[in-house]
Amino acid sequence: MVRPSFTGQGVRRGLRAALPLVLGTFPFGLAVGVAAHGKGLSLLEALLMSGLTFAGTAQLVALELWTEPAPLLAAVFATFLVNLRMAPMGAALAAWFERVRGWRLWVTLGLLTDQAYALATVAQRRGPGRDAGFLFGVGLLLWLFWLVAVGAGHGLAEAVRLRPSHPLFFAPVAVFVALLVPLWRGLRQDAAPWGLAAAVALAARGAGLGPPWPLLLGALAGAALAAAREAPAGEAPPGPAPR
Amino acid sequence: MALRPDVLAVILGMAAVTYLCRAGGYAVLRALRPPRFVAALLRHLPGPLFVAYVAPAMAAQDAAAWAGAAAVLAVQAATRNLAAAIAAGVAAVALLRGGS
Repeated sequence: MVRPSFTGQGVRRGLRAALPLVLGTFPFGLAVGVAAHGKGLSLLEALLMSGLTFAGTAQLVALELWTEPAPLLAAVFATFLVNLRMAPMGAALAAWFERVRGWRLWVTLGLLTDQAYALATVAQRRGPGRDAGFLFGVGLLLWLFWLVAVGAGHGLAEAVRLRPSHPLFFAPVAVFVALLVPLWRGLRQDAAPWGLAAAVALAARGAGLGPPWPLLLGALAGAALAAAREAPAGEAPPGPAPR
Repeated sequence: MALRPDVLAVILGMAAVTYLCRAGGYAVLRALRPPRFVAALLRHLPGPLFVAYVAPAMAAQDAAAWAGAAAVLAVQAATRNLAAAIAAGVAAVALLRGGS
């Protein structure tokens, strides 16, 4: 019994499944477009960054620490740190790619996002169908609308000539504040690592360290604390292993 | 429609490391399992990462932005809808800063 692992039907299912997600990611894309315009990027540059990187969080963080001239090391390093979370996702989806080769494998991996990963885990729970075409369809639709949203945000900021105190510039920060809500698992688990992350980030900034160091040091300190607290209670491994 | 070489360099660098995370994670982590501590650290990274981004950003903001952040948290917790939460936050800031 050979189950197909990349079908046109799967692609169409993915396109349909991703449609509601577009509503959630569109304001995010607008925020990235506004931030890109605020930092002086041209429309072409904003679209190129969005098409090739296709990672909203990383793009916002990189734009946040943008300087003149463009900060090569800081932006690339921060992007790497923010996107590191996608490495275990790709590994966790290995079963979906068992019989997929060539461009289908490498392009589908290139379109991987948090949302696609979440949809895949839900789809996997529902049925046996592990069709990489589904992942490709989800990624493709989100990618297309990502470009539209970033372009629209850039155009909006261009047309309205926003002052730095304009409320729209709060949108990028709002994205991250909102993302904290689904990540919060409870006081006992998260209060200490999150508190440490905030304290270290603020201290690093107070000490005069420029970006991306406050972000980097805070994130690593918090994650290391969470990982260290997990280690002694090793009898019951929490969460599924990446596979 | 300008495309400055220094900006292009950053974009290509960001694209390269991002692809490395997406595809490299699949290629490497499938072949060999990372040490326990590294795996746990990667799993716990998102929360502290966003906190470390938000904390310095909020420390530099005014009271209107703090009210906006509170609105974002409340709406996100109540509706689980990112678009609604962002809209609520921006609206709260607009209301409190007044004018347009």
